[in-house]
Amino acid sequence: MLEHLELFFKSIFIDNMVFATFLGMCSYLAVSKKVSTAVGLGAAVIFVLAVTVPMNWLLDKYLLKDGALAWMGPEYADYDLSFLSFILFIATIATMVQLVEIVVEKFSPSLYNSLGIFLPLIAVNCAILGGSLFMQTRDIPNIGLAFNYGISSGIGWFLAILAIAAIREKIRYSNVPAPLRGLGITFIITGLMGIGFQSFGGMLTGDNEPPEEAQTTTVKAEKEKEKEIKKEIEDKEKAVSYNEAINK
Amino acid sequence: MALLSKKDSKLVLDPLADNNPITIQVLGICSALAITAELKAAVVMALSVLFVLSMGNVAISLLRNIIPSKIRIIVQLVVVAALVIIVDQVLKAFAYELSKTLSVFVGLIITNCIIMGRFEAFALGNGPKKAFLDGIGNALGYGIILVIVGFFRELLGSGTLFGFKVLGDPVTKTGLYSIGYENNGFMIIPPAALIVLGIIIWVQRSKNRALIEEA
Repeated sequence: MLEHLELFFKSIFIDNMVFATFLGMCSYLAVSKKVSTAVGLGAAVIFVLAVTVPMNWLLDKYLLKDGALAWMGPEYADYDLSFLSFILFIATIATMVQLVEIVVEKFSPSLYNSLGIFLPLIAVNCAILGGSLFMQTRDIPNIGLAFNYGISSGIGWFLAILAIAAIREKIRYSNVPAPLRGLGITFIITGLMGIGFQSFGGMLTGDNEPPEEAQTTTVKAEKEKEKEIKKEIEDKEKAVSYNEAINK
Repeated sequence: MALLSKKDSKLVLDPLADNNPITIQVLGICSALAITAELKAAVVMALSVLFVLSMGNVAISLLRNIIPSKIRIIVQLVVVAALVIIVDQVLKAFAYELSKTLSVFVGLIITNCIIMGRFEAFALGNGPKKAFLDGIGNALGYGIILVIVGFFRELLGSGTLFGFKVLGDPVTKTGLYSIGYENNGFMIIPPAALIVLGIIIWVQRSKNRALIEEA
């Protein structure tokens, strides 16, 4: 339970897709002129991430990982298909988006009317593929956590686009320098919001411990290396002076 | 005889400034900015996009009469994904450290909007030679912005360029550091990239006022 909560808050605030990793920036900039459309796109992103991340987790676990094919029999245990993950993930995303579109259109026309136009846009949204790729590199251990990761990073993206859309609606009444109008000021505001979100970084101290340890160990290793190198140099110098002494 | 006709060279040169994919068309910002803290990563990213975009443009333009328009998005995604897998494997084989720094952002070239945008807008309607030049031009326009952002972030943030200490050594206080200069740690964090980009747009639009948006 605790790990679920931790992952949830971490993906929304600390590793926020927009502010920490710049994922989904294109649609973030293009569709954030009005709050209502921003809400629609944000909801669609949450929805699609919640579906595709667990799907791709299953693919990764039972098809792509090193040794993932072991369930087919021992002779398949050595295969490592992870180089195929890009093409499989994007194919899954494209099909899932189509499928979701068809299902939603069939069963909930009102939801389709509000989400529908955004769904095709989403197939090529970096946030969706990025969600699956980060799920893979961060080694999320089980499907429950993968589902959680999908939803919470979607919510993070939703919050970001909602905030920028609200700011952009207000900023229309401000006197922005002409060359900065539109795109330029949006970039700078996003940067400032990102700096704000960085302050969440210290929130979960429990998670910061392992990397620090790793750093100190690497530092230690480096120091040891330096010591060794110094020793070698000293030894050489000694040897040189010794040789010189002998030569004399 | 010129190597390229006037029209062809316009295809290459236009996206470099007045029709730049990042600052004007607002495409492909997604995977671009997270990796610009170091110049080296920015250059490698730009070269990868150059390869994927020019080759992909040629492939799509050769296939343009065969692809049924209903499934063209999937076909485009498969072409890009195949090219990106090649780039990723090459990077892992020859520059392993760098591929670790770029991590998932190589994979995210697939969903880089520049690539899909150029496929849709250009490669589907033009011959392979033109599509190739268009790909080169747009990838260079993208690369230029990456390199400028990377240059400023690495120079001001770490005082280095390509890992060389161009401003002196901050620990032993040589060069600029001897007169009290300090690295700006702010430039290393991700949001700084957005602010640098905002300033680039500002400079570009104050020089060429035709690009200013109506708010």
